[in-house]
Amino acid sequence: MKQPISLIVNGERYDTLCQPNLTLLEVLRENLQLTGTKHGCELGECGACAVLLDGEPVLSCLVLAMECAGQQITTVEGLARGAELHPLQAAFADHGAAQCGYCTPGILLTAKALLERNPCPSRSEVREALSGNLCRCTGYLQILDAVDAAAQVLREEQR
Amino acid sequence: MSQIEVPVGIVGVEVHSEQREVPDGTPPAWRENASLKQVGKPVPRIDGNEKVSGRARYTSDVVRPGMLHGKVLRSPHPHARIHRIDVSEALKMPGVKAALALPHLLGIADDGSGKTTQVQSVRYYGQPLAAVAAQTVEQAVAALSKIKVDYDVLPFVVDPTEARQPAAPKVFAQPVIARGSAGGGGSKDKLNQVGNVRGPKRSVPRGREVEKQATQVTQALLAGPQGVRATYKTQVQTHSALETHGVVAEWSRAGDELTVWASTQGIFSVRDELAEYLGIEQSKVRVITDYCGGGFGAKFGAGNYGVLAALLAKEAKAPVRLMLDRREEHLAVGNRPGSEQTVALAASTDGKLTAIEVKGFGFGGAGAGAGFAGPALSMYDCPAVYVEEFDVFTHSGPLAAFRAPGHPQGAFALEQAMDELAERLHLDPVALRDKNDTHPARREQRKRAATAFGWQNRTATGQGPRTGKLGEVRRGSGMAQGCWYHLVNVDSRAEVRIHRDGSVEVLTGVQDIGSGIRTPLAQVVAEELQIPIAKVKVTIGDTRLPPGPGSGGSVTTASITPAAREAAYAAKQALLKELQAVLGLDKVPELTGGAVVGLKAGKPTPPLPFDKACARMRRTEVLGSAVRELDYGATANGKRGNFLAQLGGVQFAEVEVSTLTGVVRVLRIVASHDCGRPVNPLLVENQIHGGIIQGLSYALFEERRLDPKTGRILNGNLEQYKIAGALDVPKIEVLLLEELRGRSSTDASGIGEPATVPTAAAIANAVYNAIGVRIRELPITPAKVLAALASAGK
Repeated sequence: MKQPISLIVNGERYDTLCQPNLTLLEVLRENLQLTGTKHGCELGECGACAVLLDGEPVLSCLVLAMECAGQQITTVEGLARGAELHPLQAAFADHGAAQCGYCTPGILLTAKALLERNPCPSRSEVREALSGNLCRCTGYLQILDAVDAAAQVLREEQR
Repeated sequence: MSQIEVPVGIVGVEVHSEQREVPDGTPPAWRENASLKQVGKPVPRIDGNEKVSGRARYTSDVVRPGMLHGKVLRSPHPHARIHRIDVSEALKMPGVKAALALPHLLGIADDGSGKTTQVQSVRYYGQPLAAVAAQTVEQAVAALSKIKVDYDVLPFVVDPTEARQPAAPKVFAQPVIARGSAGGGGSKDKLNQVGNVRGPKRSVPRGREVEKQATQVTQALLAGPQGVRATYKTQVQTHSALETHGVVAEWSRAGDELTVWASTQGIFSVRDELAEYLGIEQSKVRVITDYCGGGFGAKFGAGNYGVLAALLAKEAKAPVRLMLDRREEHLAVGNRPGSEQTVALAASTDGKLTAIEVKGFGFGGAGAGAGFAGPALSMYDCPAVYVEEFDVFTHSGPLAAFRAPGHPQGAFALEQAMDELAERLHLDPVALRDKNDTHPARREQRKRAATAFGWQNRTATGQGPRTGKLGEVRRGSGMAQGCWYHLVNVDSRAEVRIHRDGSVEVLTGVQDIGSGIRTPLAQVVAEELQIPIAKVKVTIGDTRLPPGPGSGGSVTTASITPAAREAAYAAKQALLKELQAVLGLDKVPELTGGAVVGLKAGKPTPPLPFDKACARMRRTEVLGSAVRELDYGATANGKRGNFLAQLGGVQFAEVEVSTLTGVVRVLRIVASHDCGRPVNPLLVENQIHGGIIQGLSYALFEERRLDPKTGRILNGNLEQYKIAGALDVPKIEVLLLEELRGRSSTDASGIGEPATVPTAAAIANAVYNAIGVRIRELPITPAKVLAALASAGK
């Protein structure tokens, strides 16, 4: 039986009906049409579906949508600041950190959580934080460079 | 025809002028990149914003009104005979709108038994049999279990060594043919086939005679005086693109026109395969790919899933989305075949190669053409070269083209053999290559990369620095090289429209599989029209556009950027003629410094900026269109390209090996590559980095494992099938050559494939240098390192 569910995604409230066994990934993509969050493996192995739940990165393929009611969900669609890209997004575009781009949303959100927790991460801390996000196109180095560059921009904003 | 002057040579080494005969109307050649404004610059992807904002629409994101979800029933047996498939119970399940058996099977070697027999013969675990479309994925999955299949389960073999035994269950009862798929591959017809062993396919370098070379190789190997011989094994690797294969298929209301959104690297190959399979006209099939989440060779053609989706959509009279899951990716949509190769080299005492012989087996499951001959045939100047390849069939998913098909396997064997020969001859591995490889780009690459790497500091085998508490971590360095080809698909056309407001569009039916082709297209058009890149709108990814090349074989940039530049050039000529007429000029004016300048009554007109000039057009647009012609000088060229220009690529690796745990860590890769004129060095570097990481992952981690007892896959996921992650990445330094060859109006070649060819071999050579024991089998896992050390008593 479908049940009503209310989700707060990127600050907006969405009311929808869904089966209680649906994952957050499925509800975001299929019910709310927020397709920026990607399917990669649906087994919690690739990181493509990472979103933030109250600021913490989670794999949306391993979380039931029902569990997320009332929590703040952030997806890639909620990263930009109005018309302006988030510094992470801008840095990813500038550094060639997105090639096919399919893993990019999950990596952006994982990196955002890292930088909120640790505004000045070392290279090895960035690697560690992103170690659950697989990318098959890049050599990861552009991704690491982009996170460094964005961290710097964010630190300057804080001053 | 007319003559033009073109620059030829490696920039920074030597560049001279040559004459080329070209079709009339060919634009003048560009000088080196330093003289250009847009081309040769590291321009970030023009579609970067789409990709980082989540707006880029991939196939899996496409939603159509009333869309159903398809799932595929796959064989649970690796070998069986099917008598009957009954979908009637599945059709009664909740939400189910269509269910059907696969009419015939794509992607498998053809044993000539006919399409009906072929589809009734299960030859691998996971072979597609039937499919269901339902309102939800769960309903479709539930309905699959209601499809009744009557099987005769038959004995099978998945181990390639067992498959070679005369008594092994046969995968194919009759000799097969394997046509090249849209993505390449395929194998020579009429090869001998005994049991599961097909071949030999005998190859020698172009222009030489097989028998003579075979004899000469045998004699040279006997004569020596120096030689090495060893056997190398490589594993099965799966493409593992992050976006799985899949389509959304939708028919017109009348049911006679089909639109398919496909995750593909070749939209026209999908269109053509669907049209042929379904028996409809190509003009009635439209394929759209806005963005594709990676392909690496496995995403050509419609595939069995694609035709199933189209058939389900037709039956259900509703759009159907059918995306494979991760497990299906590993099972049934291609792989890089495994290999076992015995390489024998002979050389004079001063290190001149006198013979290269490679004999071995390729393991492409139920597919043929699992070769590895490329590097041996193409890389070294050796008077006697002979390669003999056999396919060994097993009851497992068939191979597909995979980033430089055959080459990483071939290079892994050949380049380790070269390393072994260098040691035997007491020669530096770089010096040995210098003696035997005159390819101008690779020669320069060895020089530059060796210097950047600090190769002169390399220590003797096993003598490198030791770290770790017990001195158990050994460091070592190795190098290897590769080759690929300047390939061109002349079946490519681009259109450029200049609008009255000075904005410009370029339209062509290529697709972006991640390498970022939109950006080079914008750059070459902007360069030709002397406008900012932001003024150029690029539209690709739709078979309604002029045909573009498939993105495979590293052909995309080489094929389509010349057509785009020439279309822009033609549009520019049309604009200038229009201005002559409108402004009453004495002759056709020129575009120079971003402005139009002409003569009126013998006097120069004031420079008219590009957009102001466009505003004077009488029509809403001017159009230029250009087909990719043969390379300059009409270089012998088939439809799919030519092999006359070889690309190089040299990589140096530094590794650390723990003799306690067996873990190999790659610390550093220095890679030098060439791709003709690099149109966008940022994107080229992206490709090289990606190729290196895939090569590293192939060297150390990846291996598809099948259970010999059941024929089932043991690691059909991304947990046990491990691909390199952010923690595995070494430092990478790229040294990119700009090599002008006067072949086309952009003079670009590809880079996607050459970038991954030498990596595994370079790492293997570095491991040997570190520990003094050679690992001749991929992947180089901790267990293999420890076993090798133990057997060597180290």
